[in-house]
Amino acid sequence: MMLRIALPLALPFAIVAVAFVLLSQTDAYIIRLATTFGMYAALALAWNIIGGIAGYPSFATAAFFGLGAYVTAVAQNLGAPLLVGVGLAGAGAALFAGLLGSAILHLRGKYFAIASLVIAEVLRELTNSWTSVTGGGMGINLPLAKTTLLTQPQLYLAAMLFLAAAATSASMLIDRSRLGVALRCIAQNEDAAQIIGVDTRMAKTWAFVISSLFIGLVGGVYASWVTYIDPTDVYDGAMSVKPILMALLGGVGSVFGPVLGAFAYLLLEELLWRNLLEFHAGILGLLVVLLVLFLPGGLSQIRGVGLVSLPKIWRRAP
Amino acid sequence: MTALLELKGVTKRFRGLEALSDINLSLKSGEIVGLIGPNGAGKTTLVNVITGVHTADAGSITFNGAPIAHMRRDRIARLGVARTFQVVQPFPAMTVLENVTAAALFGGGAASIAEARDAAAHHLAFCGLTDQAGKPAANLTLAGRKRLELAKSLALRPKLLMLDEVNAGLNPAEVDAALELITRIAAQGATILLIEHLMKVVTRTARRLVVLHHGKLIADGPVASVLSDETVVEAYLGRRYAERMAGAGI
Ligand SMILES: Nc1ncnc2c1ncn2[C@@H]1O[C@H](COP(=O)(O)OP(=O)(O)O)[C@@H](O)[C@H]1O
Ligand SMILES: [Mg+2]
Repeated sequence: MMLRIALPLALPFAIVAVAFVLLSQTDAYIIRLATTFGMYAALALAWNIIGGIAGYPSFATAAFFGLGAYVTAVAQNLGAPLLVGVGLAGAGAALFAGLLGSAILHLRGKYFAIASLVIAEVLRELTNSWTSVTGGGMGINLPLAKTTLLTQPQLYLAAMLFLAAAATSASMLIDRSRLGVALRCIAQNEDAAQIIGVDTRMAKTWAFVISSLFIGLVGGVYASWVTYIDPTDVYDGAMSVKPILMALLGGVGSVFGPVLGAFAYLLLEELLWRNLLEFHAGILGLLVVLLVLFLPGGLSQIRGVGLVSLPKIWRRAP
Repeated sequence: MTALLELKGVTKRFRGLEALSDINLSLKSGEIVGLIGPNGAGKTTLVNVITGVHTADAGSITFNGAPIAHMRRDRIARLGVARTFQVVQPFPAMTVLENVTAAALFGGGAASIAEARDAAAHHLAFCGLTDQAGKPAANLTLAGRKRLELAKSLALRPKLLMLDEVNAGLNPAEVDAALELITRIAAQGATILLIEHLMKVVTRTARRLVVLHHGKLIADGPVASVLSDETVVEAYLGRRYAERMAGAGI
């Protein structure tokens, strides 16, 4: 029994370990791409917990990402080692989500989406104006991590892949747990969920906290990886939109969909969009926002199947 | 006997409209009570107020000794208050079995998902839904979805079960099947508040009848005396019905 649970949970880590061994000796470009993939996969999986499984389309990913990045940056500048800095990033984001949750998780559907959209803007302004700690608009540098066994790129490849594996395991665990059942009920009919005894506030808050924990950790690793961050970079609205797009590509609400979606998105980004003009990202963001706000019945309509079934849903809509 | 559910002076207003006015109602443990009244009388609102879907503007509601008028819906459900929705509320993308499993897990107090699934299978069998267990709830017929509502409420192991027009929209054969199921549920000993349009369902299951009209409780007593009550006849049943009932010796 224990083995039946433990084995699948260990699998993502095993896969990631093999991937790391194979990738760590390749050239810098591949390593950077693989690190970005780990980051995207972890963010998409994390978003999927609140946005997909619970059906609360959060646009606050950039907020928790940026918060995690800044917590790490400040902590490391005060002398905290990398691991402590990243840990604090996760804890800070999770705590913030817990507090924020009671304020915005009672809003449903598009109202929640709109409220969550504002959080990153507020944090960016705060970061901008709190110059003495954050460096303000000038940004902040991070010390280089001390590494012995690994090179810098290898270290962050390992870290991002590890977070992707952890987010996968967490998603699998949630999927089989009471929490997962509660979240699926909430996504499909929140009123009915309450009437059968689901403590919906508690379930939503946990989903938001776990999701934000991973986003904060990713933000912390990202800041350490790039060694310089500024508010426009880490609180960038694109950070909120990309994970949604990945989940949409791979299948909203499914456990592994976001991983596939992250891969597909990265391919598109590398092959198609890299050389196109900046405003394409803006158009894409607008598209996703409109999709979330105006898709009849919300994102749960395309649960588990992804964008391929969109035409069918539009046809079915009244 | 002490009351399982006690409403005192319960009032609910929607903007100008008084949907419930000063309702006093007491249900004893194990009782089966029919609740009738014309469309818009406030029957569903009464259920909504008891289950916490709406909060009463005035009055007190006590369930099993606990004040529940301002309690959260999920806590009221876990105390043992279950209801079916007049407009069915399934989890559409889940299977029939998963729907009932969720109810057994949260409201029914099952210790694990496996235990909840066993309980759910039992309730599906009781409601005649076993061969539909693997279907998505969205694919059920209306009669099937009404049965699913029943199975979900039974999975909460309720002390009080409120059935809001579970027969509305069913054909006569389906009504007979549902009536048979309601009778079997009643035999299990839960307190039942049965909201019904069809008199034959009410008269066959309930001993006591309560009548709502324009948000006011205008009659409460044994079925026969309520059905011959002047006010009730005027307000709801109409002369011809009363004469027919009198002729049939009810
Ligand atoms: N959520 C609501 N908002 C406004 N008015 C409502 C609401 N629910 C019910 N009403 C009104 O309250 C009255 C009683 O409705 P209801 O309880 O559904 O009646 P019944 O179930 O007896 O047919 C009706 O006039 C209805 O329009
Ligand atoms: Mg009604």
